Amino acid sequence: MPIHEQNLIRPENIVTNENLEIDGIDVSGHWSTFIESRVVTDYNEAMEDEIAALPGGEYIHRCWQCGSCTNACTVNAVNEDFNPRFWIYLIRMGMESELLRDKDIIWQCVSCNKCTYACPRDVNPEGVMKATAHWLEKKGHTPKSPSMHFDEEFSSQVIATGKIEEGRIIRGFFKRTGQPLIQDWLLEMVKRLLRGLPAKMLIHMGLANFVRPRTRNWDRARRAIEEYVEEKEAQHAEALGLNKPGPGNRGLDVDLPKQAAE
Amino acid sequence: MNDMSKKKAKDKNKDYGTVAYYPGCALEGTGRAYDTSTRALAKQLGLKLDEVDNWNCCGAMEVKNIDPQIQTYLSSRVMSIAANEMGHQTVMAPCNGCYHNLKKAEYDLENNDESVEVTNRLSEKAGHQAYEAGQIETIHALDWIKQTIGEEGIKSRLKKSLKGLKIANYYGCMYTRPRHIFPEKDQGPGSESTSQPHFMDDLLEAAGAQIVDYPLKTACCGGAHTLSDSDTSTKLVVNLLQAAEASGANVIATECPTCHSGLEMHQIRAEKRYGIKTDVKVIYFTQLLGLAMGASHREVGIQENISDSLNLLQEAGLA
Repeated sequence: MPIHEQNLIRPENIVTNENLEIDGIDVSGHWSTFIESRVVTDYNEAMEDEIAALPGGEYIHRCWQCGSCTNACTVNAVNEDFNPRFWIYLIRMGMESELLRDKDIIWQCVSCNKCTYACPRDVNPEGVMKATAHWLEKKGHTPKSPSMHFDEEFSSQVIATGKIEEGRIIRGFFKRTGQPLIQDWLLEMVKRLLRGLPAKMLIHMGLANFVRPRTRNWDRARRAIEEYVEEKEAQHAEALGLNKPGPGNRGLDVDLPKQAAE
Repeated sequence: MNDMSKKKAKDKNKDYGTVAYYPGCALEGTGRAYDTSTRALAKQLGLKLDEVDNWNCCGAMEVKNIDPQIQTYLSSRVMSIAANEMGHQTVMAPCNGCYHNLKKAEYDLENNDESVEVTNRLSEKAGHQAYEAGQIETIHALDWIKQTIGEEGIKSRLKKSLKGLKIANYYGCMYTRPRHIFPEKDQGPGSESTSQPHFMDDLLEAAGAQIVDYPLKTACCGGAHTLSDSDTSTKLVVNLLQAAEASGANVIATECPTCHSGLEMHQIRAEKRYGIKTDVKVIYFTQLLGLAMGASHREVGIQENISDSLNLLQEAGLA
């Protein structure tokens, strides 16, 4: 399998003049094609340390740019702009504006851990992708990704009751992301599911909507986890310099008190 | 916990006939058929499952994205109950996610001081004994059947051969990656391989099935983003389904409720959204082994699958 490299020449930097004469020679059209040079001046020297302070990003400094992660990557195979090696390079160089060009796809890592398996330096690129996606959100560069909404909905339920119930997760997720619950393919799935199901299971599934599955005597564990989440939140905010008021600075939305009261 | 019992947990010659059973949340929901068939298979094989008392979610793939140490704590609580309150040496998890997270917690509690500190602190506040690395061994349902019954055992107990089925075995991501949390794998003959896993191939072949050469055994189904990035998941699943058909399979055998429901969901989504139709059936390996051991298709919950395999199984004389 080839290592997919990043194309450093961007289409918008290729300039061709339709009518151009230089020193009396007509160089109109493709004869005058230039590649405009890029100048990077705005290094963010704190970026690597900030991402390393978030869970998963701890070992980013070990990377020696072999590209095994990108080569093994599941998402890269369906979208060649998804390039962990290149992003790790940009982060380590502090090239923030370059990284921000790909800010809307970094969260799409599917956590298959093929990169972690392939990495010869134990960078844990999967963790770095998660840490980078969190960093982008915490810094206000991107809105909360659908994946983050899902993680928060899921974690809120686990923390509140010790268990999850999938129907509730799906409803909560669609609500958080403002999507309609009725989607053609979900309907078709439910239709096919109902086809062969015994009545006993239907009753069980119906009951799960009212009798929420929960771990008994979970309250103390719930409080302990909530305290821990708050403590970590404060640490991350400190590391990312988010304690100073500023636009877009925000923390996690794990709905702790609301869920607990329910 | 004293060192004697820790030694027992690691003893490879110990008895796996009775294990602590950790079904996990998915097996109470979309993966019910996996729970039904695991219990039915245990019954057929005379193995005993002792469900972990008052278990909690292991953290799945989501909680670690809020904080990995919470996932470690959640998984450690399950292992602590199985070891300290129920006195088990082995906990068996059929779900790849649960299995992976328990293994990961075991690794972190063995190697990471912060994990130990946070787990001890949260366990104390929650009011239960903290789990210590080495107290219990976590195995997958596949390891469990392989260790207790094995290929010879399957052959000698075979009631109905799976010979009409051409099976592509799909193991998914979490059963083998990352390698370092599975120290018992890649240990030469007899052990599981992380690059070319074969336990499911071995067992289903022993049950008479024709195993096809399937190159995407450990490829990803996009399960983590099945709802949050459905288009990517659909692309990945279509790839898995089409590769299975190209390999000559009429069945994909699964060992994970997330993979299983992901394959079923996106098989339908690909058909509805993109007009890409595939006909390969998705069946849990425990359902297939259960049928081979003489359980009825109702007992192994074939009708609980979304993927409708009844006709195929009837043609093969299995239902």
